[in-house]
Amino acid sequence: MSLVLNEEDMLLKDSAKGFLTGKAPVSALRKLRDDRDETGYSPELWAEMVDMGWAGIVVPEEYGGLGYGFAGAGLIMEEMGRTLTASPMLSTAIIGASLIAKAGSEEQKAALLGKIADGSLITALAVDEGRYHGPRNVAMTATAKGNGFELNGAKAFVLDGNVANQLIVAARTSGAAGDKDGITLFAVPSDAGGVTVERTIMVDSRNAANISFDGVSVTGEQIIGHLDGGYGDVEYALNIGRACLAAEMLGTAQESFERTLSYLKERKQFGKIIGSFQGLQHRAAHLFSEIELAKSVVLKALRSLDEGDAMAPALASLAKAKLAEVVHLATAEAVQMHGGIGMTDEFDMGFFIKRARVAEATYGDYQFHVDRLARMKGY
Amino acid sequence: MESFRQDVRDWLEANCPQSMRAPYSSEKDICWGGRNWTFQSEDQRLWLQRMGEKGWTTPEWPAEYGGGGLDRDQAKVLREEMSRVNARPALESFGIWMLGPALLKYGSEEQKHHYLPQIIRGEIRWCQGYSEPNAGSDLASLMTKCEDKGDYYLVNGQKVWTSYADEADWIFCLVRTDFAAKKHEGISFILFDMASEGVSTKPIKLISGNSPFCETFFDNVRVPKENLVGDLNKGWSIAKYLLTHERAMIGGSGLSRSGFASISDLATREIGLNAQGRLNDPILRADIAKHEVNEWAFMLTMERVKAEAKAGQGVGATSSMLKYYGTELNKKRNELMMTIGGNESLRWEGEEVNDGQTPRGWLRSRANSIEGGTSEINLNIISKRILELPEG
Repeated sequence: MSLVLNEEDMLLKDSAKGFLTGKAPVSALRKLRDDRDETGYSPELWAEMVDMGWAGIVVPEEYGGLGYGFAGAGLIMEEMGRTLTASPMLSTAIIGASLIAKAGSEEQKAALLGKIADGSLITALAVDEGRYHGPRNVAMTATAKGNGFELNGAKAFVLDGNVANQLIVAARTSGAAGDKDGITLFAVPSDAGGVTVERTIMVDSRNAANISFDGVSVTGEQIIGHLDGGYGDVEYALNIGRACLAAEMLGTAQESFERTLSYLKERKQFGKIIGSFQGLQHRAAHLFSEIELAKSVVLKALRSLDEGDAMAPALASLAKAKLAEVVHLATAEAVQMHGGIGMTDEFDMGFFIKRARVAEATYGDYQFHVDRLARMKGY
Repeated sequence: MESFRQDVRDWLEANCPQSMRAPYSSEKDICWGGRNWTFQSEDQRLWLQRMGEKGWTTPEWPAEYGGGGLDRDQAKVLREEMSRVNARPALESFGIWMLGPALLKYGSEEQKHHYLPQIIRGEIRWCQGYSEPNAGSDLASLMTKCEDKGDYYLVNGQKVWTSYADEADWIFCLVRTDFAAKKHEGISFILFDMASEGVSTKPIKLISGNSPFCETFFDNVRVPKENLVGDLNKGWSIAKYLLTHERAMIGGSGLSRSGFASISDLATREIGLNAQGRLNDPILRADIAKHEVNEWAFMLTMERVKAEAKAGQGVGATSSMLKYYGTELNKKRNELMMTIGGNESLRWEGEEVNDGQTPRGWLRSRANSIEGGTSEINLNIISKRILELPEG
């Protein structure tokens, strides 16, 4: 496993860059925000991405996808991080598809994966219930009733929860919140009786929802994976989501840094280009170094996920932790080095620092993943 | 590749002495080789001899000069197999890290055939004559004079911060051969024997109490003309090339070296875990965990930069980034080791504490971000060469 991009990777990355900078630049996100768009993304644009095969990038070929793998998905996410493109890519094409491909029954794979790849299905993973990420802390119940189960409880901060037509819900069939065992995953259509979706308007102008389940009836057929054994599958999909999100954050960090660097080379004060000041040069050089580390951890995490390496979960945490630190620094320095203009809504840098803050928190923040790594190492 | 792995495994099993299959217990276990080297044990001698004959002290150098002649993947297998049995490096050497790569690129065929095998077998220990009292960060202003006397060069001047000059056999040295030219264009790169008449050294005692560096004086030292590497007055290019290797080498010290225990293992042993299996000191635990994130990320970056260089990708001057980041990490690592040791790590003398190994190592590490280009100089290089920010 070499830590370099091959020709195929570079072609994919270039075509993603070309498409996104042309059709979904930062101004597209600004427009969605200003229009208070109901969906929070552009379905027309998503349809074009679907045509390019992005929705099926991790879906195996026999189910109508490209089977390109997570490293490929990461390259697209990295470019989306540069343009801050809002789309169901992470929730559906990456997390939903990889979860169903791993844990789904043959019938579920046949029914759902093709629809993800052709864009007719948008999925959302509903795990967290409170303000902190904690996939074990599932309290929502699935109680046996008749031939099936009844779901009761509430989920918070469900990415793309307001636009998804297919929810994948973690509910407790045994044990108590905090236990690994006893979590079961259910595929629940979002229009099922008893499901209430409330969109939450977030800092980054993207989609999330609080969703409540009030006596929702499901059958055993809707279980994804095994009864009481959903935690491992959720972790598997989350690790993929975390690594791909880290790839997005890498794009955001690089784009913020490059925009800042251009500004340092044109802005004059005291009759000099401000980039000639050593006080700024050294900070820029430090940030460059941090971004170099960021590139390495993202690529390594994605490659190890593709190979099913035993270190993949730890590497996903490494990538998510390091990128949280780096994208935070990159966007904070971007605002600071742009001075007053960086604080204005008219200028785009605000969108970067806002998206960075949300991505940092999503699926485990810096503290969560650093702690997880330490526990994995036995301290 | 799997049959190669098996061959390596078998060879190590047959040839790596048992006592060489253990982490270093201190810096004193390192084998530097050279004419005057006293082997710590017969095993240490044997290990160097066997690895030297195989060329595996320099796995990727061409076999025609005595190197291992391995490709990158084979070299990786060798590293992995050595680490699997905890095999120590048979030799650590400035000849391998710095001079060798420069000779491979700039040396004449004759020089390569003469010097490289001696480096590979650990027969000659080299030191580096770069810094001078008035040429530190501004290295190119060096003034050690080298005059062409017809059938030899005559060298006069002084170097400083010469690592292990008092123990080295030969020196690779930057000298000024043209005082009229611009400062970068009058420098040459020469090699000479430290036993030559007119060479003297004086160790510099550091805050660690140790003296790894010397002042080195040249008083009418005669150097054979064939000892010039590359062209006359073109030594600065070689100097810079070699510095990139030196920086990569010093930067590499940011890793937990294969020989030494990881910082969290050390903390777990010294401080212990609580009932939840967490390190007993929560704040130190967080510091260590954050540090280990950076150490791991840095290690992967070394791997990626190497892979990119082989594939012809990547930007130049990344050695400055590696040097800057790696040395800052190593300083942090030493700070953490001091904290983990508690008051015991403040003991300066005594057999129980290996004569203050921890505090002396900590003090030594402060030099990492000074030697071979300070952190500030490396940040300047990144700013100018990579980021292309304008001169102040």
